Amino acid sequence: MQPLTNRSKVVVKKEMSLYERIYLPAVISGMMITFSHFFRKKPTIQYPEQTRAFSGVYRGQHVLKRDDNGAERCTACGLCAVACPAEAITMTAAERKPGEEKLYREEKYAAVYEINMLRCIFCGDCEDACPKEAIFLTDRKVNSEVNRKSFIYGKNVLVEGIEKEKRVDVSLRQTAAVLAFKKHKEFDHNS
Amino acid sequence: MPKVTIDGQSIEVPDGTTILQAARMIGGENVPPAMCYHSKLKTSGGYCRTCIVKVSKGSDKDPRPMPKLVPSCRTTVMDGMEVQNNTSPEVLEARRGVVEFLLINHPLDCPVCDQAGECHLQDLGYENGAANTRYDFKRRKFKQIDIGPYIKLHMTRCIMCFRCVKVADQITDNRVHGMLNRGDASEISTYIENVISNDFSGNVIDVCPVGALTDRTFRFKSRVWFTKPMDAHRNCTKCSGKVTLWEKGEEVLRVTTRKDKWGESEEWICNECRFEKKHINDWVVEGPRHIDPHSVISLNHYENVAAKLKLDIAKQQKQLASKK
Repeated sequence: MQPLTNRSKVVVKKEMSLYERIYLPAVISGMMITFSHFFRKKPTIQYPEQTRAFSGVYRGQHVLKRDDNGAERCTACGLCAVACPAEAITMTAAERKPGEEKLYREEKYAAVYEINMLRCIFCGDCEDACPKEAIFLTDRKVNSEVNRKSFIYGKNVLVEGIEKEKRVDVSLRQTAAVLAFKKHKEFDHNS
Repeated sequence: MPKVTIDGQSIEVPDGTTILQAARMIGGENVPPAMCYHSKLKTSGGYCRTCIVKVSKGSDKDPRPMPKLVPSCRTTVMDGMEVQNNTSPEVLEARRGVVEFLLINHPLDCPVCDQAGECHLQDLGYENGAANTRYDFKRRKFKQIDIGPYIKLHMTRCIMCFRCVKVADQITDNRVHGMLNRGDASEISTYIENVISNDFSGNVIDVCPVGALTDRTFRFKSRVWFTKPMDAHRNCTKCSGKVTLWEKGEEVLRVTTRKDKWGESEEWICNECRFEKKHINDWVVEGPRHIDPHSVISLNHYENVAAKLKLDIAKQQKQLASKK
């Protein structure tokens, strides 16, 4: 029969030589390979004491951004929830009252905003759908919890802190092309 | 019976039919979009110019083409008329221009607006609009006005279609709202913010093609596509009582008129049905409302297809029986 590749070898049952029969050279050469691995660079790290740097565009836990003045950007438009293939996002909108302009950017805001992290598949469709630059996925990991209820993240977890040092940096997700695109005049209403 | 050809499809229509109505009788994709025309309101149409078409042959008697594009909602058909809508690049180009003009002062606050998802201007902009604007000046801004306890007026979103004025004129008595000022400065207003207390004033919400007139009882309650539309009726002494309920779970968030496939109300309903009967026990629910599959509202909704098929089959059987 015609062989399919030329990699196949014909097995011959030939008599082993004395060198092969004492096995010691083969054992030693095997040990040498094992021993040489001690001096190689280790591919593993001591997690959780050591961690690797994540890519800036890693899709981890969500953040609800505030604008430069500290007002919440989310206006509860529901586009993230309708884009979500896992139906993990729910929200309830409320009307901003006079005097709350510093807290919420638009006249409508999300009074309740919940993401079920057990349902979430971290696809990033919500941040693509967001017209207000409010929701982003970040390079933070979602912590383990002891019960299912704790995985429903509300606004207390998702909204970033108002202080400068508590802000979550998402600039790596916004490439130069994205930022340039957003400087167009027709996005004025978004700022 | 004049015979009219629209984009190559011919139909015979009664005298006095407009091109738009004839196009709707043919149906399909060649129906011109309309913002200000409303089939249930007399003298509506002729303001927005989105339904413009090209008449390439006036009639059999006078085959000259009409010199300019004409609004199809206001132009009656003639025998042998030939009309181009989607087949004419000139019409499409002009319509793009009209949409650009309509959007000049529109705030584009769709994420906030309650009309988003069932807004005619959204659909129109999506189909015929450009992705960006060439307008450099400030958009005009108005304060929001509460017209009575039930209706909210966002003048910034208005496109001056006059539909609400026609409703006030024709369905309610003692009209207290209308258009003030002229041209660029015109605005819908009630005199000294008069309360519209008429029983049928709520219908202005349904005829508004944009989010200028919205329901205060539904304000920011839910996005339209998270609610489930159901046909329902009740015995009402003032109106037909035939409505669409917009439910979320067991809750009735909003009550509107039933809208046909052109987004125009079939029958008017009274304010009691619309604003005060917000409990499921007030209504006899008939079944899910048919929503166009292209609409965002139909997302995640499953119609009772089997029930509809049964009805269709029964209808066809009846037709067959009557033919024999």
